Amino acid sequence: MWDYTEKVMDHYKNPRNVGEIENPSAVGEAGSLVCGDALKLYLKVDDNGVITDAKFQTFGCGSAVASSSVLTEMLKGMTIEEAAKITNQQIADALGGLPPQKMHCSVMGHEALEAAIANYKGEDVAAHCDEKIICTCYHVSEKVIREAVEENNLTDLEDVMNYTKAGGACGQCHSAIQKIIDEIKNKKEKVDIKNMSTTQLVLKINNVIEQHIAPELRKDGGDIELVDVKDNKVFVSLKGMCKSCKFSSNTLTNFVEASLKEHISPDIEVVEV
Amino acid sequence: MTQKVVYLDNNATTMVDPKVFDAMKPYFCELYGNPSSMHRFGGQVMHAVDKAREQVKEFFGAKDAKEIIFTGSGSEGDNMAIRGILEANKNKKHIITTKIEHPAVLNLFKYFEKQGYDVTYLGVDSVGNLDLNELSNAVNEDTALVSMMYANNETGVILPVEKAAKIVKQKNPKTKVHVDAVQAAGKIPFDVKNTDIDLMSIAGHKIHAPKGIGALYIKTGTLLPAFIIGGHQERGKRAGTENVPYIAALGEACEIAQKSLNYEMHEVKRLRDKLENGILERVYNAKVNGSTTNRVPNTTNIGFQYIEGELILLHLSDLGICASSGSACTSGSLEPSHVLKSMGVPFESLHGSIRFSLSRFTTEEEIDYVLKVLPDVIFKLNKISPYQKELKALEEKFRK
Repeated sequence: MWDYTEKVMDHYKNPRNVGEIENPSAVGEAGSLVCGDALKLYLKVDDNGVITDAKFQTFGCGSAVASSSVLTEMLKGMTIEEAAKITNQQIADALGGLPPQKMHCSVMGHEALEAAIANYKGEDVAAHCDEKIICTCYHVSEKVIREAVEENNLTDLEDVMNYTKAGGACGQCHSAIQKIIDEIKNKKEKVDIKNMSTTQLVLKINNVIEQHIAPELRKDGGDIELVDVKDNKVFVSLKGMCKSCKFSSNTLTNFVEASLKEHISPDIEVVEV
Repeated sequence: MTQKVVYLDNNATTMVDPKVFDAMKPYFCELYGNPSSMHRFGGQVMHAVDKAREQVKEFFGAKDAKEIIFTGSGSEGDNMAIRGILEANKNKKHIITTKIEHPAVLNLFKYFEKQGYDVTYLGVDSVGNLDLNELSNAVNEDTALVSMMYANNETGVILPVEKAAKIVKQKNPKTKVHVDAVQAAGKIPFDVKNTDIDLMSIAGHKIHAPKGIGALYIKTGTLLPAFIIGGHQERGKRAGTENVPYIAALGEACEIAQKSLNYEMHEVKRLRDKLENGILERVYNAKVNGSTTNRVPNTTNIGFQYIEGELILLHLSDLGICASSGSACTSGSLEPSHVLKSMGVPFESLHGSIRFSLSRFTTEEEIDYVLKVLPDVIFKLNKISPYQKELKALEEKFRK
């Protein structure tokens, strides 16, 4: 038995704004019969770009109906620009929260809203079909996964399954999903170096050197030492075989600087002393 | 919660029969001795265990009470049988089961598959029946074990386990046959001594005994190593001081279940059929999943097309009606029922499948109540569905 909030129960028992709008200004769909949940969202928008009516039809569980229902309530009276800023977290919050395994219901609401807005703006819906599909079982695109990970600070595979259903069936896409999570995590860890104290920055640079750079150089009999850090300039000295290597400048920019840029900040510049 | 509960989820678990509860009560505060003790206080408790073993033996239709081992659950019996047979036949690397087993068996087979076993998963047709030719072709010299369920928990469809065991033995007399009879127990008669079945497991809580007790039948002559190593209890195969009150309860539950078989096969079946036919007559987007001719008498699985199962359960629950669903949303996993998927049930029915399972405690009034309130729940939910065109077509077809 799911631990649904009173609000979720109220919305699935008495769903608001069920049905179709005749001559709608926009229609957005998400999910499918195969996946086990599907949502059709209808919007009526006036000349000023204000949503005057919103209705829905949903095939899905209690939290899917509740997410759709509360979304239509949120949308009424908003401008299209305001609606475009709604996140899946806001849908879940409006319901007083959803069980983690049910967060994908709020994501589905968000997806249908995005589709409806695209439809309103006359954007080519077919463009969405060209998106790279990561999870073929549930037809979840890379874009949907990225958005869910970024907006909700998801950190592992199980989170992604709960939020998007991606990876919940055959499991073949697990490594692809993990890659997306890692990539976003890496990006997030890269902070603006101007906001760091010198000590913080030195520690971080030293970490990357010790973990990622030095071990590689040592394999070839070389080594590296961190000498100084000034603003975005990192002063290093190459040791051992690297010192006499004629490709050392190559190593410096293509490997040392590239690694620091990747792990810390693209602003970093490496100088050999 | 003051609302009356209409419990139609007896394949999940059952109410403990008050008579069964009475039978276990003395073994908590009065007759609490250890059956292994030398004193008479403990010795009289041993008699309770012996009596229960005799009752369970009768229930299975086994030859000898020694063939019965008490376990902690149906899953434990399945594990004890399957792991034990593979341990005793280490040189054989092929095992067979079906695609519609309970996770207690299916996940164990998947585990052994990862360990390097060659596994054959037998499929079923659209109503859940097995192809015995496929089984016959699968058995070979290297086959250590065939494990299949007697009746499916989701659809109630009965598998021809006796015929299957015979076929297996004809192909390879050394291959062992285990039957997970958890969902058939108390619903159809057993006569295991006159079959080729080597091992058969049951769970107490599906036949009005408490949760936490089960039994495994092991045919005399079947080599099975100890599952829990320790003392001499359960002929050394499952060490640990006997759970006397629960064993007494299982014995009593088995005896009552056997006496109730006739009621089960006629009266419970009549109520199940009344419920099923009543729903099909009233609801245009309802369709039975699985065979209607080859089923245990208490189960029906109905797919409500184009609406989702969890939503139906939530609304039924508000009316005091307990059932279950093969929908993905109810399980916590994202996958819908592997049983219905194996049968090729189309997605529009699959996600909206509801299992109603009755017991000998189900009353006519309860069935009448469900038939009175359920159609309106379905019609209300139909209105939310985005598949209005499809639903309209079903309704028109139904009216004709």
